[in-house]
Amino acid sequence: MSHSQTHGEAHDAAHGDDAHSHTSTDDRLVYMANQIATFFGSQKHDAAVAGTRDHIAKFWDPRMRARIAELLVSGGEGLKPIAREALEGLARKQ
Amino acid sequence: MSLVHEIDYGTPASKSEKLVTLTIDGMKVQVPEGTSIMRAAMEVGNQIPKLCATDMLDAFGSCRLCLIEIEGRNGTPASCTTPVAEGIVVKTQTERLKQIRRGVMELYISDHPLDCLTCSANGDCELQDMAGVVGLREVRYGYEGENHIKMGKDESNPYFTYEKSKCIVCNRCVRACEEVQGTFALTISGRGFGSRVSPGMDEEFLSSECVSCGACVQACPTATLNEKAMYDIGTPEHSLVTTCAYCGVGCTFKAEMRGDELVRMVPYKDGKANRGHSCVKGRFAYGYATHKDRILKPMIRSSIHEPWKEVSYEEAIAYAASEFKRIQEKYGRRAVGGITSSRCTNEETYLVQKLIRGAFGNNNVDTCARVCHSPTGYGLSQTYGTSAGTQDFDSVEESDVILVIGANPTDGHPVFGSRMKKRLREGAKLIVIDPRKIDLVRTPHVQADYHLPLRPGTNVAMVTAIAHVIVTEGLVHEDFVRDYCDWDEFQEWAEFVAEERHSPEAIQQYTGVDPALVRGAARLYAKGGNGAIYYGLGVTEHSQGSTTVIGIANLAMATGNIGRNGVGVNPLRGQNNVQGSCDMGSFPHELPGYRHVAEDDTRVLFERDWGVKLDDEPGLRIPNMFDAAVDGTFKGMYVQGEDILQSDPDTRHVSAGLGALECLVVQDLFLNETANYAHVFLPGCSFLEKDGTFTNAERRIQRVRKLMAPKNGYADWEVTIMLAEALGYKMDYQHPSEIMDEIARLTPTFTGVSYAKLEEAGSVQWPCNEKAPEGTPVMHIGGFVRGKGKFMLTEYVPTDERTGPRFPLLLTTGRILSQYNVGAQTRRTENVAWHPEDVLEIHPHDAETRGIRDGDYVRLDSRAGSTSLKAVISERMPTGVVYTTFHHPVTQANVITTDYSDWATNCPEYKVTAVQISPSNGPSPWQENYEAFSRQSRRIAEAAE
Repeated sequence: MSHSQTHGEAHDAAHGDDAHSHTSTDDRLVYMANQIATFFGSQKHDAAVAGTRDHIAKFWDPRMRARIAELLVSGGEGLKPIAREALEGLARKQ
Repeated sequence: MSLVHEIDYGTPASKSEKLVTLTIDGMKVQVPEGTSIMRAAMEVGNQIPKLCATDMLDAFGSCRLCLIEIEGRNGTPASCTTPVAEGIVVKTQTERLKQIRRGVMELYISDHPLDCLTCSANGDCELQDMAGVVGLREVRYGYEGENHIKMGKDESNPYFTYEKSKCIVCNRCVRACEEVQGTFALTISGRGFGSRVSPGMDEEFLSSECVSCGACVQACPTATLNEKAMYDIGTPEHSLVTTCAYCGVGCTFKAEMRGDELVRMVPYKDGKANRGHSCVKGRFAYGYATHKDRILKPMIRSSIHEPWKEVSYEEAIAYAASEFKRIQEKYGRRAVGGITSSRCTNEETYLVQKLIRGAFGNNNVDTCARVCHSPTGYGLSQTYGTSAGTQDFDSVEESDVILVIGANPTDGHPVFGSRMKKRLREGAKLIVIDPRKIDLVRTPHVQADYHLPLRPGTNVAMVTAIAHVIVTEGLVHEDFVRDYCDWDEFQEWAEFVAEERHSPEAIQQYTGVDPALVRGAARLYAKGGNGAIYYGLGVTEHSQGSTTVIGIANLAMATGNIGRNGVGVNPLRGQNNVQGSCDMGSFPHELPGYRHVAEDDTRVLFERDWGVKLDDEPGLRIPNMFDAAVDGTFKGMYVQGEDILQSDPDTRHVSAGLGALECLVVQDLFLNETANYAHVFLPGCSFLEKDGTFTNAERRIQRVRKLMAPKNGYADWEVTIMLAEALGYKMDYQHPSEIMDEIARLTPTFTGVSYAKLEEAGSVQWPCNEKAPEGTPVMHIGGFVRGKGKFMLTEYVPTDERTGPRFPLLLTTGRILSQYNVGAQTRRTENVAWHPEDVLEIHPHDAETRGIRDGDYVRLDSRAGSTSLKAVISERMPTGVVYTTFHHPVTQANVITTDYSDWATNCPEYKVTAVQISPSNGPSPWQENYEAFSRQSRRIAEAAE
């Protein structure tokens, strides 16, 4: 058992149901995409979608983009509309 | 080689443009109006004897040694306090003056120990010099009368002594503390013959308000205040000018040496960032370079559960290279990456990113700016077109209104903090936006005109509310906006901020700040003259860090506070070379010079020069690397000069990521916390042992000069070359200057930079190229780099890190004056005298309701983890907010912080964590387990005989 696992278990035991915000990378990717969409969401709709799409294309590593594309294909649970539209556009572009 | 000697002109230079002509000792002299006669004489090489005067301080006129005669005027005025006048004829050496000076010196020496031969300042004492200069040959008064010669020493300060018997009460130290440092910790106690320098109310230096900046030591003309190193080692015999390796101010020092031993660091008056001043870190805290913890030999191990084995560089490098190759063969080209160091030089940082892009073949490179000022890069590049601050530090001297938001300059950037305080004492107005009552809010002779104590996490609401006032009250500088910004975008922005929901009254529900204060501050910033904004990590380290930077940029554009001296947007960068590491292409989406990896023309330029095909996809950012490691797609990492385990948020997740790596190579001075998870350790080299350059927060590129041979055998850049070559990628450099030549060849903003240029100019601020051959102190003059300034909308989005019944308090983290970042350097110096452990600052009300007393051990819990540390009850905290530092691994404050991060850059939200505090008996389980793990992981196997 690794050191980190030991601590993770100790942490969970101590905190029970008050678990930390993001339990997986998938959670985190969806959360990040929504954050980006929220910023651009104050702009006009087309600009918001384009801004979100371009930001993800410009700053996300290919494996992150590939994984969120998979999540989108499997329903994209939790994605906000602008994020979803941006990712659909990104998928079409690539 | 000899000591770098700087002329002391006795009084500061006049800034007047009007010239005055006079005659001094028969020579015509032309100097600016307002210049002292003492300085004018020195301009022509005529050094008038002096003791209480030095050009770092305003004239005082107390020592009566610098007297002169002026034709047609009575008496013998002091040349330091007498300004030049048109046509006057001055004599600096007459029989009368000689007699007076000798008499004055005779009085001084009659109450001064005559232990010159054994004095620590022997050969470095102005009193000794002046005795010679005036021809003192006897003291007629004897030494039997009342005197101070038997007074004792105050040795409480770890770095310097106060030898009261040697004080001549010239006031230089007291004035340095006031005028240069701005702390006002020193005074003259007693009267007449009983007068003596006193820290505070006759306290010892260590327990007084003294911040140990060293200004008093530098100012002292005798051995009264003297570095302990001068006692221990003796006087230096040669020196080189180099740049401090602590914060982003970038102070330059004369590193004074005896042989290969560093005797002392003396602030360099020609240093354009520090102008001859220093802080306790740069001035004194360099002992870590020779600390016993330093690791000087490479080490390897196949598992982090094994002890380290010392090996040769060849073996360590070969092992690291073979592991990286194995991992890439097994898991793919993008399964490895690395982190450049903001503590290393530009040249070293450049080489690490080149290794990752060229030898690893991907863009998985990042740097500590990810966790500090990456939102600055994003926000300012979007709005202005450049990922850097707009001004030089001198600019503050022309500011009328200074707005400090999310920064604590007197602790984090102390030398600039002192320069800022000086301007404030001269009358500039001050607005502080910070949850805490930082020192600037009220400190001797400085008081903020407005303190807006907002709740952590509400910066965007506050900045937008200030914009609301500026727009709705007609305070916009419309001519500026029309000339230099996109008018359509401005109108859209103005309409947005003018909405009632952005008014100070409406946002009070989020910020908790009285709307009248917000309105007053907005009016002052917009209409108070030159308005300058200075900000720090209290702006960037939020889930909306980039949005706040954009909001700040909007404010400066709307009010026309950009493009000239005294104004601007000024990020106070954290580490010594964090600006440089960003400039050098340390981000995973950008090549050097902030050009995206997907730009074909740029990539081709680098491919041709580097002889290798480059990846056109952005790489992983640091937090993404940890995620990918946990997910199993990222397996190898090269970390130079950063301690990500201690510095990055959500330690539990970081340790899981590091623990999942199959090869972690750490290059550092010490077995830091990250090295607990490493398989290869490559010894690092301190800034004293190598050549290179650092770039400070004002884009100033300055030389780092090699003072001694690397104690570990190689400079860091040489080790990176070895690793690159073992990976099959040839790097051919004989000296860092050749690396800089390559940087200049490939980076448009650096084309004019070379070591020869730095030698000639001392320093330059980028852009330095054909358009600006001498560099660019102030940016965006007459237009923005991107063309038209871009206004962007800044909708406030509350962080998802919320308080609630279980975690009702907000934790915010930061740094203090005596420690630096993760403390790896400063913890290994005498600076621990001021900050031996991290403590939790808590408001008296919050403490009382929890039954916590000052000094109690408390448990600090968040949704991410828990730790224990001592509580300090402090009224500078608002209720509901607690504060700690992250300097000590024993505390591990980042066990508490969460994985929430900035929407644009993933910069962590260090400044907002919901927590609860409770009484505790000792360390948390995490601390105990980590301590045991750390002890086990640091074992080094004994070498076989």
